[in-house]
Amino acid sequence: MEMTKELFSVLLTAILTQNFVLAKFLGICPFLGVSKKVKTASGMSLAVIFVMVLATAVTFPINKYLLVKFNLEYLQTIVFILVIAALVQLVEIVLKKYMKSLYNALGIYLPLITTNCAVLGVVLLNIESNYSFATSMVNSLGAGLGFLLAMVMFAGVRERLESCDIPKALQGLPITLIAASLVSVSFLGFTGVVESIFG
Amino acid sequence: MAEKKSLGKEFTKGLVAENPVLRLVLGTCPTLAVSTSVSSAIGMGLAATIVLICSNIVISALRKVIPSKVRIPAYIVVIASFVTIIQLIVKAFVPALDSALGVYLPLIVVNCIILGRAEAFASKNAVLASAVDGLGMGVGFTAALFLMATVREVLGAGTFMVGINDLLSVFSDTTFNGFTIPFLSENPMIIFVLAPGGFFVFGIMIALSNMLAEKKGKKRAELRGCEACPMASTCSMNGSCEEKDKEVSE
Repeated sequence: MEMTKELFSVLLTAILTQNFVLAKFLGICPFLGVSKKVKTASGMSLAVIFVMVLATAVTFPINKYLLVKFNLEYLQTIVFILVIAALVQLVEIVLKKYMKSLYNALGIYLPLITTNCAVLGVVLLNIESNYSFATSMVNSLGAGLGFLLAMVMFAGVRERLESCDIPKALQGLPITLIAASLVSVSFLGFTGVVESIFG
Repeated sequence: MAEKKSLGKEFTKGLVAENPVLRLVLGTCPTLAVSTSVSSAIGMGLAATIVLICSNIVISALRKVIPSKVRIPAYIVVIASFVTIIQLIVKAFVPALDSALGVYLPLIVVNCIILGRAEAFASKNAVLASAVDGLGMGVGFTAALFLMATVREVLGAGTFMVGINDLLSVFSDTTFNGFTIPFLSENPMIIFVLAPGGFFVFGIMIALSNMLAEKKGKKRAELRGCEACPMASTCSMNGSCEEKDKEVSE
């Protein structure tokens, strides 16, 4: 029971109060770049969720049974980025060969994810926070879901922005950032929600 | 072609005309995340600049040895090594900065500015030019971070450069530790140091730099497609993500 409660609290925190994009500023490039249409935004986010969970599942044992065991923690950054890069390539090849429909839906976004700081960020944060394997997995899932939520909401906002009459100086990127700021304000409203639910 | 340019030009282009943050819109994540205080912005800028110079030098020196098919992983290994070195140095000598930057310090590895310069410049130019390019881009990055952090810290906390002593004390015995601004520190607009303020200040700064650029007849800063993306060469999207947008929506 205590365990479930903790997992839920971690999940909700990762999705709402500590949203990766809107509160932690991780994964801003795809957030601004691939959020013009709801459909592409959700495709990209699903690929991110997939890679985040997979990367956590692979890097956690590597860290625990290889790096920590042999006192090599200082190699974390370099090992993790290589593992993520290799993993993404591998997943792309496997999907392309055996699961064509899934590849068409997610695979096209995979190469863009290697250098997405959200993926490396979630892996590093899991280890920094000393999470257990289960908690790490839930945190990664939550971070991915939070990314999906922010991306899809923001894509909706941007589709509306297209038809607006925007002052010339603010057209393009500036108005997108200001819209992101307003979406981020709405997420501030969740502050304290998780604490009050789970005490 | 770029090698004909003087080194001075290589340096100054990173400051204004091709400022990585305000003109090329690269490295947005660290820009937004660490610009809550001027001292951590300077720390981040310095760390990224050192990594950028070192990785540019090594990648440029190895540009004829690295096979083009595996160049991106090779660049990532070089960059990650330097980031690890910087991480260990910061942890040992400026622990306060390490805790202020947190996870964003190791995340310099995936800062698009560094991989972008490796791919766009260091892989094609001589060692000295690449080092100067790295220095220029790094200083431009630091300057943009400094500007943004100044706005956010002054309005959001009513202080300026508080905590800089942790960084300065490594080099000298100064006791300077920033200013407190009388009226603002009693009534700070906290929203500016929170996440929404980051997006807002960044948006306004891009708008201002666009206005200045247009007056000089230059192009507006926009999120660019594949030309600025370091992953373009390995990307299977063949063409811009924009085209993919259309294709998917149809």
